[in-house]
Amino acid sequence: MTVTKGEAAPEGADDEGDMPDGAGADDDGYVPSERRLERERRTRARARRATAVAALSTLVTAVVLYLVVVSAPGWPRTKETFFSAAYARETLPKVFEGLWLNLRLLLVCGAAVLVLGMLIAIARTLRGPVFFPLRVLAAAYTDFFRGLPLIINLMIVVLGVPALRLQGVTVDPVLLGGTALTLTYSAYVAEVFRAGIESVHPSQRAAARSLGLTNRQALRYVVLPQAVRRQVPPLLNDLVSLQKDTGLVSIGGAVDAVRAADIIVGRSLNYTPYIVAGLVFVALTIPMTRFTDWVTARMDRRRAQGGAL
Amino acid sequence: MSDVSVLRLESVRKTFGGSVVLRDVDLEVAPHTVTALIGASGSGKSTLLRCANLLEEIDDGAIWLDGEEITDPDADQDAVRRRIGVVFQAYNLFPHMTVLDNVTLAPRRVHGVPRAEAEERARELLERLGLAEKADAYPDRLSGGQQQRAAIVRALAVRPRLLLLDEITAALDPELVGEVLDVVRGLKDEGMTMVLATHEMGFARDVADQVCFLDGGVVLERGTAEQVFADPRRERTRRFLRRVVDAGRL
Repeated sequence: MTVTKGEAAPEGADDEGDMPDGAGADDDGYVPSERRLERERRTRARARRATAVAALSTLVTAVVLYLVVVSAPGWPRTKETFFSAAYARETLPKVFEGLWLNLRLLLVCGAAVLVLGMLIAIARTLRGPVFFPLRVLAAAYTDFFRGLPLIINLMIVVLGVPALRLQGVTVDPVLLGGTALTLTYSAYVAEVFRAGIESVHPSQRAAARSLGLTNRQALRYVVLPQAVRRQVPPLLNDLVSLQKDTGLVSIGGAVDAVRAADIIVGRSLNYTPYIVAGLVFVALTIPMTRFTDWVTARMDRRRAQGGAL
Repeated sequence: MSDVSVLRLESVRKTFGGSVVLRDVDLEVAPHTVTALIGASGSGKSTLLRCANLLEEIDDGAIWLDGEEITDPDADQDAVRRRIGVVFQAYNLFPHMTVLDNVTLAPRRVHGVPRAEAEERARELLERLGLAEKADAYPDRLSGGQQQRAAIVRALAVRPRLLLLDEITAALDPELVGEVLDVVRGLKDEGMTMVLATHEMGFARDVADQVCFLDGGVVLERGTAEQVFADPRRERTRRFLRRVVDAGRL
């Protein structure tokens, strides 16, 4: 019932902002006037009314949706093949086992992506004729991998590399799948970093240079710290995407949560395992998304208070 | 003569996309003197300062710092900037660092001063400019006047040979201007060589040894403060000063 969030402002305002505290909290012996108390009573009454309306409308919507789905002609059959409780129980432990692989991939790829993305972004902002080939290479890289569909990238790397039969190169689908994910996401993250670097006002660089800092020192001590701080929300956003895209390594045969579900589907011809795996991924991304929202809101609030960050 | 000037500009020309911002500008700044650049907005004051610090590349002419030509293509620009302190109109403090870190960044990273020593000197300077309690605060917690004083401390921390002040009170509320100008007066008494672009005519008259009136990118008139303000030779200077007086700035 997210609808009530906006209406509940009087209660929600005690976070940490500079809003006036509740009546009587001041230390100068202030006694709230009758006018203020009356105003607060009416605000509260309005909030209660809003909550009630939101609850009612949610209930009506849910009932209508339920009736529409249940009255569909194919519902009994769909219910059996997609929402079977028995298969769900059988699937869940397997999916969780597979999920461990997704989480490890997320951790390792996430770290690699941050490092690689940062290096590419820096390469793109380097000035000077010496760095020309590096600049071009970095630009070509981001252009290519941002445009290439991840699934095609995965198939080329996971299926194509082993076909080359190169000495000393792994054929492990997990490692290759992780490499493909890192290649694509580094391009996304490089663009996020680059946007951050360019968002730092030129006067900051001028101030750094006027102090005698070299271009590199100005980048390291003045520009990058501000760029990274500003780009935390979009970075977390990409991390959420990466989290769910780790499920795609299953196309190479690695047994992650998706593949675990796939195996049971192949055996039973019941699709419930897909639903289970899907819901597990959703459950995993929700905390991340909420965290992202929280960080973004916090930064917005700080900026609104006059902090340049 | 040239080797005694801290800063010397000769026939400097600067254009931005076809429009001439500085035309044939000569300027000589003797050690321990204050030079005030006055003139309307867009007359080239700020550009002149930015050229002197190599933040802008000049089209023609030459600039010397302590007798060394800094506009030589082979000159070490970072080394030149190390010897010149700049204070900007918009303070340009680094918002992600405390005041103390803002001040110690260049001494530590550029001049290799050990942290403890850099911080000790920084605290000393902050104390002198009345910012002792603000050392560990972030810039956004400071008033405009405090931020500008912190920016001056940051510029001073590297012991510059020359200080360039670019309209440092233009962004301040009127009641905060005085505290910043007092700091500049103090620096003059200590013998700091300074070039300042300013709209504060009373202050320029009071503190400057040399005043240059810029108009349309040309130094139209120069002389002692007394001469330029009390007895301007050019009609344009007179008109400018009259406008300033009418606006209550002198």
